[in-house]
Amino acid sequence: MWPAEFDYARPSSVAEALQLLADNEDAKLLAGGHSLLPAMKLRLNEAPLLIDISRIEGLGSISNNGSLTIGALCTHADIAASADVQASCSALATATGMVGDQQVRNWGTLGGNVAHADPASDPPTVLVAFNANINIEGASGGRSVAAADFFIDLFTVDLEPGEIITSIEIPAHPHEGCAYVKMPHPASRYAVVGICVVLHKDGDSCSGAHVAVGGATVRAMRSPGAEAALRGSSLDDAALDAAAAALKDDIANDLIGDMSFPEAYRQEMAGVYLKRAVRAAGG
Amino acid sequence: MKISVNVNGCTRESDVEARTLLVNYLRDELGLTGTKIGCDTSQCGACTVHMDGKALKSCTSLAVQADGCDVTTIEGLAHNGDLHPMQQSFWDNHGLQCGFCTPGMIMATTALLADNPNPDEDEIRHGLEGNLCRCTGYHNIVKAVAAVAQAGGD
Ligand SMILES: Cc1cc2nc3c(=O)[nH]c(=O)nc-3n(C[C@H](O)[C@H](O)[C@H](O)COP(=O)(O)OP(=O)(O)OC[C@H]3O[C@@H](n4cnc5c(N)ncnc54)[C@H](O)[C@@H]3O)c2cc1C
Ligand code: FES
Repeated sequence: MWPAEFDYARPSSVAEALQLLADNEDAKLLAGGHSLLPAMKLRLNEAPLLIDISRIEGLGSISNNGSLTIGALCTHADIAASADVQASCSALATATGMVGDQQVRNWGTLGGNVAHADPASDPPTVLVAFNANINIEGASGGRSVAAADFFIDLFTVDLEPGEIITSIEIPAHPHEGCAYVKMPHPASRYAVVGICVVLHKDGDSCSGAHVAVGGATVRAMRSPGAEAALRGSSLDDAALDAAAAALKDDIANDLIGDMSFPEAYRQEMAGVYLKRAVRAAGG
Repeated sequence: MKISVNVNGCTRESDVEARTLLVNYLRDELGLTGTKIGCDTSQCGACTVHMDGKALKSCTSLAVQADGCDVTTIEGLAHNGDLHPMQQSFWDNHGLQCGFCTPGMIMATTALLADNPNPDEDEIRHGLEGNLCRCTGYHNIVKAVAAVAQAGGD
């Protein structure tokens, strides 16, 4: 299957890429191509021009100066292997290490993953849990959007046609434990349900928690109810039951489902995986 | 569009349509038909090659993305008629029946060992998640990879 015809450009700077976007209506950016090309081959997507940003210098590194900054072109494999990511946001190393398979992790990028916003993606759930910011450049300058606001709906994000994601920033967020757990689709490995938990502890009790869910829902989202149920608890089974019930309530209006994994099933599994995530985070 | 790709150690110059998939460029333009097309939807891994040393599903990549890069296909592994240790190990361990997935399996597993020379069984299976085999049943494939790792050769 070949995609429909298109022209191809390979800019070497963000400025050049922005100019190409401005000059060519409906042009699309191409990073790793691992979401865009399969869709174009199936003719679910097309573009008169693909702007290949994969060789732009400076968008492929990871740095840690207080907050963790991950260039948009970093691949899932780069992130999973990064000592900086493992040290300050190990759930993201776990999530990117669970994306698809070796070949996909080698070429798919974090920028492309968040721009595409497939609800079954793994990284967005972690980014929402960690209050990450998406850094964006456009013709009129740069802006930064909180992950919780960036993901709007199925395949819908706060990104204008002429804009480019340059990096993803994870503010320093000291915590006692964090985890990402996922129920992978048995064929595609995408998340049927994915849960990220970040725990703050004071001795044996939980002084605060961030809980985010993806896969089961139209977008990655926090669960204030589950967070409230965990906060102040000793993370015993009763607290986990209460958190799972609250999570299921919180996502009731945002569920997605299909023939194999209907909404009610994903909702139930979100509760089960929340408990596993809390335990995996050391709770 | 004009591209120049270093394929199995030789520079190849071609003029391709931008929409040409890397796998079609390799098979149809260069005649390197060892690389297979199984699913054509990024799932099965039969089309796996190495680009700049990393495993890639060549049905999910454009030939123009390989411009200026090094690509290795299954044809590039044997040297002077001697099979690559992974090819020999698949043979020795009966890691194939029909052979259709084999080029992709071998390209994926050589990349896996380059990253992690001493994988345990779980790591080998995790590394093979992107490759489907419909007849051998993976067991002997995993054995073949473990044998190469044990012998310390990739
Ligand atoms: C077989 C397979 C299995 C997969 N399994 C999983 C999985 O389990 N979990 C998971 O999370 N993902 C999975 N993925 C998706 C994978 O993570 C993709 O690589 C990723 O979603 C897209 O990144 P990319 O660099 O390939 O983007 P591309 O395909 O190049 O681009 C995707 C979209 O983002 C836009 N874009 C790209 N970069 C930017 C940028 N810097 N700024 C603005 N817009 C941009 C493009 O224009 C396009 O619309 C899978 C993919 C495949 C093929
Ligand atoms: S043919 Fe490329 S993954 Fe199946």
